[in-house]
Amino acid sequence: MATSGSILGNPVRRVEDPRILAGEAKYFDDLEPTGCAHVVFVRSTMAHAKITGVDIGEAASMPGVLAVHTKDTLALEPVAGMMAPPAFSRPPLADGVVRFVGDIIAVVVAETRAQAVDAAEMVVVDYDPLPVVVDAEAALKDGAPLLFPDHGSNVAVDFVTMGATADPTILDGAEVVVSGRFVNQRLAPVPMEPNGILVEPGDTVTITVPTQGPHGVRDPLAPVLGLEPDKVRVIAPAVGGGFGAKTGAYVEHIVAAVLAQQLGRPVKWTETRSENMVSMVHGRGQIQDVDLALTKDGMFQAVRCKVTQDAGAYSQIGAFLPFLTRTMAHGVYEFPKVELTAISAVTNTTPTGAYRGAGRPEAAAFLERIIDMAADEIGMDPIEIRKKNFIPPDKFPYSTTTFANYDVGEYAKSLDEAVRVAGYDQLRADQKARRESGDVKQLGIGVAAYVEITSGGMFQEFGSVEVKPDGSAVATVGTSAHGQGHETTFTMIVSDLLGIPMDKITLVQSDTAVVPRGSGTMGSRSLQIGGSAIYRASEGVLEKAKVLAAHLLEANVDDIVLHDGGKVGVAGVPASALTWGELAEAAEDASRRPDDWEGKLAAELDFNQGEATFPFGAHIAVVEVDMETGRVELIRHVAVDDCGKVLNPLIVQGQQHGGIAQGVAQAMYEGVVYDEDGNPLTANLMDYAMPSAAEFPSFEASNTETPTPLNPLGAKGIGESGTIGSTPAVQNAVVDALSHLGVRHLDMPFTSERVWRAIRDATPA
Amino acid sequence: MRKRSAKPPLALPCRPVKPAPFEYHAPATTADALAVLAEHGDEAKPLAGGQSLVPMLALRLTRFGHLVDLNRVPELAGIERHNGTVTVGTMTRQADLERSPDAAAVPLLGLATPLIGHFQIRNRGTVGGSIAHADPAGELPAVVLTLDAQLDIASASGTRTVSASEFFEGTWTTVVGDDELLTAVHFPVWADGAGFAVDEVARRLGDFALVGVVCGVELDGSSKVTRAAIGLLGMGGTPLRAAAAEQALVGTAPTDDELTEIGRLAVADLDPPADIHASTEYRSSVGAHVVKRALRTALERAGG
Repeated sequence: MATSGSILGNPVRRVEDPRILAGEAKYFDDLEPTGCAHVVFVRSTMAHAKITGVDIGEAASMPGVLAVHTKDTLALEPVAGMMAPPAFSRPPLADGVVRFVGDIIAVVVAETRAQAVDAAEMVVVDYDPLPVVVDAEAALKDGAPLLFPDHGSNVAVDFVTMGATADPTILDGAEVVVSGRFVNQRLAPVPMEPNGILVEPGDTVTITVPTQGPHGVRDPLAPVLGLEPDKVRVIAPAVGGGFGAKTGAYVEHIVAAVLAQQLGRPVKWTETRSENMVSMVHGRGQIQDVDLALTKDGMFQAVRCKVTQDAGAYSQIGAFLPFLTRTMAHGVYEFPKVELTAISAVTNTTPTGAYRGAGRPEAAAFLERIIDMAADEIGMDPIEIRKKNFIPPDKFPYSTTTFANYDVGEYAKSLDEAVRVAGYDQLRADQKARRESGDVKQLGIGVAAYVEITSGGMFQEFGSVEVKPDGSAVATVGTSAHGQGHETTFTMIVSDLLGIPMDKITLVQSDTAVVPRGSGTMGSRSLQIGGSAIYRASEGVLEKAKVLAAHLLEANVDDIVLHDGGKVGVAGVPASALTWGELAEAAEDASRRPDDWEGKLAAELDFNQGEATFPFGAHIAVVEVDMETGRVELIRHVAVDDCGKVLNPLIVQGQQHGGIAQGVAQAMYEGVVYDEDGNPLTANLMDYAMPSAAEFPSFEASNTETPTPLNPLGAKGIGESGTIGSTPAVQNAVVDALSHLGVRHLDMPFTSERVWRAIRDATPA
Repeated sequence: MRKRSAKPPLALPCRPVKPAPFEYHAPATTADALAVLAEHGDEAKPLAGGQSLVPMLALRLTRFGHLVDLNRVPELAGIERHNGTVTVGTMTRQADLERSPDAAAVPLLGLATPLIGHFQIRNRGTVGGSIAHADPAGELPAVVLTLDAQLDIASASGTRTVSASEFFEGTWTTVVGDDELLTAVHFPVWADGAGFAVDEVARRLGDFALVGVVCGVELDGSSKVTRAAIGLLGMGGTPLRAAAAEQALVGTAPTDDELTEIGRLAVADLDPPADIHASTEYRSSVGAHVVKRALRTALERAGG
């Protein structure tokens, strides 16, 4: 690929955008089939309580109400968590006990949404409060309130039992040890489009749902409905963002699907924003106790991290994510010893799950933070200490002691480029000048280097390409774009290999009726796995086309080539070459194709990469801290992210900018907060300070290109890199701005007050 | 001339209403609006720009049997300048205030208004709505108090005018009765050469201020302050005047150290609220800095 005339590598504008910008894209809530009923959930207002009574009488008699159910009238199997004890399974409708504010007690279905909302208000719930635990460390203490008393503890997953043994001698022989306790706070994913579902019953149940993977919704829903998977059609229409939180089937989806089946009419549930803030999974939520051992001249000897993960009530993917934190606990460094132990605990809070980065940002965060503390301790520049410990390029592929197998890496390349773009030395000089003049606005410069894992664990994906007699092509893939621009990128691949113009290529995705299988779009896997499947299928089609052309032109297949302009024929004889339309027509005509020809001019396969890829990069953030008010302003952010071969720089930069924004948001603005009774204090976008573009400078995002040998595109994931690299860079920058006062660490988010307190506490009265 | 598209308007699907049910009134005159308010009393609520009321209704944090939509009452909007006063009709959009040449005679309006929410909010939000809503962290209530504005309050039985110092009673409460409507606000125009400033600390652009100040100063020929007004927002249940600091400022040509002291004085006797975004201690301490900075700016701007 990538010949001189290749479209690959060019900044092709997204073909999806015109219809999205014009409001023509259809989201699930835009659909309102005839006779559609509406579901509204009655949610717990208490974090932990016994339910002593639910009076649905008045609600059931309200105008337009079709049904009101509690677990007494709608018995549904509890949903088990990942690797968690069966006792921690979640009943879709609470079974006598509610365990977080937002847990579902009852469901109302009515002719209109307004009627359902009115009726839901009339459901009266009697609670008998139980002791509440909102903090994962507190949940593990003796005598802590237990969410599942029968189980006897709040431990959801104990990673020590997974082979992550603790070595008490790991710090022995260290010349210097620095230690820190870091809170990687809980975040809300806040996709612009909240959750929901539209279920249309029939011989085949049709489900339209905002999801990152329709097969991943179908497979758990089909057995609940008592149907074979092929009788459940799941469609992901236009989806307004997922960020990891729109994967699998939510309990709300299960309830809505069962109600549609029972009522025999379409049923829709559309989550409100306030509901979204308590019912969609949250991300992050780790407390990290970290020790780094190093020599006095800055060589790392060992790193140890003890993670306490907040699983939230019930146990979902979040409880499992320390596994990925451990996988990436080596970072970009040659540590002789790395140890990460973790325990996930259930608490009376919204369950945690995957959120952009999902376990890997937490690894980069603790490493980059403790390394800056070490640099401060031994008086070394943060760039120098990192470069001193990078895994050198000649050691790849590199197997870590935490069982990751890094494909390629050239870590100094991206950090050197970030240093160059940032003008690092001048920044340090500016910082020094401001310190000396006692400027009210002090400068902070934060550095982070990272490596992350993409397509981890999900190496295989379906792809097919078919050329039609009209000369157009259809590519089908098992990934499911929801903002990533796959219609653009994947059709670029087909166009590049077959010479068919992009506007004659259709990408089919996101519908289980026409995509036989797929794992969806998550974990930054889509281009490298799904795109490679399309690449291989395109190659397959070209091979078949050559065989067909050789037959039609009575030539040797080895002499057949793809000519410029997208015709297939004998090398050097473009005049006799055949168009794709002519070939596709011939393929369907038994009199014109070879005797052993099978099927259409098409190829389908499952591409299996076999292992994950490990993109890397370096970020440098520059902040100004107002020493009087504590207000932090990010004035520059330089990101050099290496995702291997870049197919479409516009789309890569889009992922970088969005990822950086979400990563900076964790550092500076966002954090889910509960009071001690488990009441969410940040359940709307006034109190949950999600930033907008108005809060950011324009990010300086660029790339180095270190292709992976693991797939034909040379591509690694880019979806989460920005988030992983930016958070620690900004955190380090804020601490750096205050380091001359003796400040060594500050937890996120950097509210003005948090920073102001640090300044006040560090300044002699 | 641009031709308008011949396309038919978008057919919007029928959307459910999120608030609890209410009866909707759309009077065309102030008198009609006041008649509805007189009839329904505390069951009725005037709807101005809806930038605070509508979210509260949609979240069902509040509910009213009757909404009296003032958006079709043209006589309630408009900006006029005469005799040392700028009069702003209650339904004047904040965006119009921001851009009005007449309102520019009261510089604080132009300085404070851009800090209200985002521009989309100011396109819809009204001057009277913001003042009558009386959020203690709102910018316009603080301007009203700082400039000693006069406020016209009408009911079916007549109109009364109250001064700003009497208007605000507490968080989200004013002297406007259930059957009354704030119809206009009169802002005094200060002498040429007066200097004004607004400063605040907020988490994000457009957020309510954690702490903020609006202020104005007039100087004599020798740079001594002859008149000072300092208003604080987000520091109590209502906007507040820093009277002691104003008095300390008048008659001086303050040094930077003296401004620091005046900043401290401005917050000395206050007990600002605490919430998840900022503590009492933070608001007090940072409030002193913000006052100092705003005064410094206002003094720089004065006398020119």
